[in-house]
Amino acid sequence: MYNYIIIFVLFLPIFAYGEGPSAPALGHELSPEQVRSLDTIIGPSGSGLPPGAGNAAVGAALFNRRCQSCHGRAGRGGQGGELAGGHPDLTRASPDQNVGTYWPYATTVFDFVRRAMPMDAPWSLTDDEVYAVTAYILHLNGLLDATAELNAQVLGRLRMPNRGGFIGIEADPQLLRHQR
Amino acid sequence: MTRKSIISESNPRPVAGNGLLDRRLFLTSAAAFASASALPGTSHAEVRAALEAWQKVPGLPFSNYGRVSPHERQVIRWIVANDLVPGNGISWSPLHELDGTITPNGLHYERHHNGIPEIDPAAHKVRVFGAVRRALEFDLAALLRYPRHSTLCFIECGGNSNAGWRSNPVQVAAGYFHGLVSCSEWTGVPLRYLLKEAGLESGARWLIAEGADAFSMTVSIPLDKALDDCLLALFQNGERLRPEQGYPVRLLVPGWEGVLNVKWLKSMKISSEPAMARNETSKYTELLPDGRARMFTFTMQPKSLITSPSAEMHLEATGFYEISGLAWSGYGRITRVEISADGGLSWAEAALNEPMLPRCFTRFRIPWHWRGQKAVLQSRATDETGRVQPARAALIAERGRHGYYHYNAIVSWAVASDGRVRHTYVDAVPVETEFDGLFINDD
Repeated sequence: MYNYIIIFVLFLPIFAYGEGPSAPALGHELSPEQVRSLDTIIGPSGSGLPPGAGNAAVGAALFNRRCQSCHGRAGRGGQGGELAGGHPDLTRASPDQNVGTYWPYATTVFDFVRRAMPMDAPWSLTDDEVYAVTAYILHLNGLLDATAELNAQVLGRLRMPNRGGFIGIEADPQLLRHQR
Repeated sequence: MTRKSIISESNPRPVAGNGLLDRRLFLTSAAAFASASALPGTSHAEVRAALEAWQKVPGLPFSNYGRVSPHERQVIRWIVANDLVPGNGISWSPLHELDGTITPNGLHYERHHNGIPEIDPAAHKVRVFGAVRRALEFDLAALLRYPRHSTLCFIECGGNSNAGWRSNPVQVAAGYFHGLVSCSEWTGVPLRYLLKEAGLESGARWLIAEGADAFSMTVSIPLDKALDDCLLALFQNGERLRPEQGYPVRLLVPGWEGVLNVKWLKSMKISSEPAMARNETSKYTELLPDGRARMFTFTMQPKSLITSPSAEMHLEATGFYEISGLAWSGYGRITRVEISADGGLSWAEAALNEPMLPRCFTRFRIPWHWRGQKAVLQSRATDETGRVQPARAALIAERGRHGYYHYNAIVSWAVASDGRVRHTYVDAVPVETEFDGLFINDD
């Protein structure tokens, strides 16, 4: 009788632990420096934006050389998406969903250009060039002066016209209301 | 379209308008066998003369990896890609050519944003960093040592069936309209094992996944989902992932829109907030008539379509046909599929093939006697949460015509008296301007 109790007590901690045998711990720990080089995510409030700067004048030249063939003159659209122009009213019969009328965050422009554009040579633009192209796209939408310098601070603070235009369906809407 | 003939002494009674028959008809009817008559045996010459050529010579040798029959080579994905960026586009799964519920690996739909990366598995790593106690890196050899889980589930592109928003019904085969959905058995490592090993910090709410393609594709997934049932998938239908399905490792996010199932998975950043990446803000959001837009619409709604007979098929003769199709829901199991042959005036319940698994294709079937009359065939799915596939007019009334994503309305196939099958709309919808959306609404 006592033997059974002892066996039960011996096994108790294993059951109490709850999840049975654990999965193997084979992950190799990364140093903070390694993580820095891997983390490409630019957050909606500007987290992750690199040092550097650019303006729309520099960006226009770059855009005409590297982006216009897909996105059209002044970003009016082509095989690639429309980036600027059109009518701001999204309730129209044929709404223009572009950066100025639709995109809720300016940081997304930088993040997306840096990681994916131009499609024939992703990750070929320097951070200064990405700031410049982003500045030009924002300028085309009337959101940044032609000569204004765009950097991490300016971009993180820029509020897009359609910032409040989204309804979170399956994610907590609170998460859309973080600091500006 | 093959004609199904049955020998039946009975004259089965319709269960709904326009010739729909009871789904149990073939389950209950007994097959009749003719008894062999006693005649003298056939001579060698007679038998040989009746044999086909392939029985008189040895067949082909073994193959290391099988191929489809040369007579089935027309069963292919249909590719639509960007002229300037051939790796940006889609390929539709030919659902109208398939039966059962498992999509063959070579016919699973594709959506690539900038091509299929040629990844060396020996160099590929998966990382977890951000709001974790220890940032970790796993190579493939390590991942392959973790306990695995297998799940049968569909993956559907959020933009599947988007031609349904157009004011005129598109005329293409069913798969080339609705085939941005496929179903496989996926096997891999439950994501929670790796997340628990890294140790989540308080305030961690989102997982931002990134692919190792030339698009560095990123999306944000609520951590609750990641910890619940997501997998790092390594195998599809028993074999290692194909390059176009994310080799060597992809995310599997059961029941949620396809874009979240990041292929060529490279890193996962744990964060208190979503990335607000391009593909969760400017795309994969749905503009409503009032100018606001739905965002983070993750779960794929209940949906079904008849795959046979379907658009571009031709009923060669009157008589019995089996109406068959697929139903699925990101919320769980399909519990009911109703079929109409008269454009929704009357409905009959279809038979559902076992197994009916949550977030998985379910195959439905119902017999139909076509007498050469005009018919409009429709299917309507209900899932275990009680959600019902909406009529097209109801969906458009709720969402307008510019949402692009998450189109799950009832599909209507019109059968003409000459047997030709076309896509049609049965519901009267006030036509605004011609919808000018393309199949790919993308850069």
